[in-house]
Amino acid sequence: MKKLLVCIKQVPDMESRFKVNTDGTWYEETDLAWRMNEYDEYAVEQAVQLKEQLGEAELTVLCIGPDRVKETIKKALAMGADRGVHMTDNESHLRDPLAIASMIADFARQQDFELIFTGMQSQDRGSAQVGVLVAELLGIPALTTLVEFAYDQGTITAKRELEGGSRALVSCSTPALVTCQLGLNRPRYPTLPNIMKAKKKELASLPVTDLKLPPAQLKTAAMAPPPKRGSARILEGDTGDVAAQLAAVIKEKM
Amino acid sequence: MKTLLIAEYREGKLLDSYTELIAFSEKLGAQASMFVVGSREQLPAFAGRLYLADVKAATEFNPAVHKQLICEVAAKEQPQMIVLPHSSYGWDLAPRLALALKAAQVSEIVDVRDGQLVVPVCNGKLQRQVDVQTELTVATLQAGAFPLKEAPAGTPEIIDLAVTGSSDLTFSGYEAAAAGEVDLGKARVIVSAGRGIGKPENLEMIKGLAKALKGEYAASRPVVDAGWADHSRQVGTTGQTVAPKLYVACGISGAIQHLAGMKKSDFVVAINSDKDAPIGEVADVLAVADLKQLVPALTEKLQA
Repeated sequence: MKKLLVCIKQVPDMESRFKVNTDGTWYEETDLAWRMNEYDEYAVEQAVQLKEQLGEAELTVLCIGPDRVKETIKKALAMGADRGVHMTDNESHLRDPLAIASMIADFARQQDFELIFTGMQSQDRGSAQVGVLVAELLGIPALTTLVEFAYDQGTITAKRELEGGSRALVSCSTPALVTCQLGLNRPRYPTLPNIMKAKKKELASLPVTDLKLPPAQLKTAAMAPPPKRGSARILEGDTGDVAAQLAAVIKEKM
Repeated sequence: MKTLLIAEYREGKLLDSYTELIAFSEKLGAQASMFVVGSREQLPAFAGRLYLADVKAATEFNPAVHKQLICEVAAKEQPQMIVLPHSSYGWDLAPRLALALKAAQVSEIVDVRDGQLVVPVCNGKLQRQVDVQTELTVATLQAGAFPLKEAPAGTPEIIDLAVTGSSDLTFSGYEAAAAGEVDLGKARVIVSAGRGIGKPENLEMIKGLAKALKGEYAASRPVVDAGWADHSRQVGTTGQTVAPKLYVACGISGAIQHLAGMKKSDFVVAINSDKDAPIGEVADVLAVADLKQLVPALTEKLQA
């Protein structure tokens, strides 16, 4: 039976208002709503579709972080992953991409995954490094930024999204890792029966202290909102008044 | 300080992004050399050593071989920083280089502050200033963050590289962007819908406002990815670049990929419930309101 892995991250809702925390190294985590990194939803969907295509396959979902990330793992299980692995780590938000990638590679090395799926980047850090680093650490090919994916008998045929909307046609043999771009597919919504079924699926915890981590390569010197450069005229208040003012401005410009 | 700049060459053309690498290197006060997999037919305007690998041998997209070549150049040049564009080429290649060269990678740099690199966090809502602990840094630059003030000048001293090595993936060409239902590049007025419209039904009010203004409607990436609008209506890095007389951004927070596609608009009106949304940085007028109420009210006023 083929084994598949999808690596996901839990991130805050990007529509939130972010405040810098007291030591100035990260954002304040209280009062945030948490969800699955959007890119990873495409990764989970593609992995589940491949599992369905193969008929017999086992899909593991891996997530690193504090206890709250279990909710995100459960969503992936409800979307169709078979088993969850939670690498328990309260410090994950402070770690370098290489440290995170090393944790994933150490986990994956002991197993025989035909394919590893990740999002092309996270919405909060946005480094776009972890997926490629995992593949390089494992010595397998990485196809990145995919907007089309097909698998047939050990060969991946895919399209990478490029600036301007054109695509590069790429292929490789498995085992391999792919990073998923937005729009690769239509991520499914977990149905109520599948949410119930997911509660019975295995969700194992793996303490991160068991792993050897590389020394930190990057430290956060400061964190702040971007400097304001804009000079927009702000209209606010009663909707009718704002509409009238805005209509006047637009008519003048036309 | 020494930098090694990695220029990008795609579909037979040297991309202009190399000038931003030069501008960044100049900002650091560094001495730069350059690497490109390209051709003698298309050389960068650059006064320095240019390590050139023939694109016919190395192919335009071949990360394993490009990595190998750059590692060889880095061994000769001993740079403190290797700089790439944060593009589909750069973000694919950079982590491979960083791992091979035991370097830290800093992604999507937007600024240099106190001699340290600044990167966006949470779609640009915050910025992080980074203290690099390694001797060598691999840096990728956000497109447009480091414009070169004057046209680049100079003739490079070319050092040809022999291409060896093999790849673990096959690159077999390009597919052009599909032609869609509309050419937004010609529109005089564009009313654009973002994630803030909430549900596909609300696209109708955006279309209504566009019609009242005799313009076209457009969308940001999330709206297109959700299947609510055709890809040909997408404004941004991977969609269309537009420059209308009036651009009305409805419920668009202003991710950099979107701003890159519309910042040349003459006049920008943003309608957003969040006063601090990054779209406010490029807007001339920001209406802080619930678009579901304001858009119909505005449409009515314009039709009156």
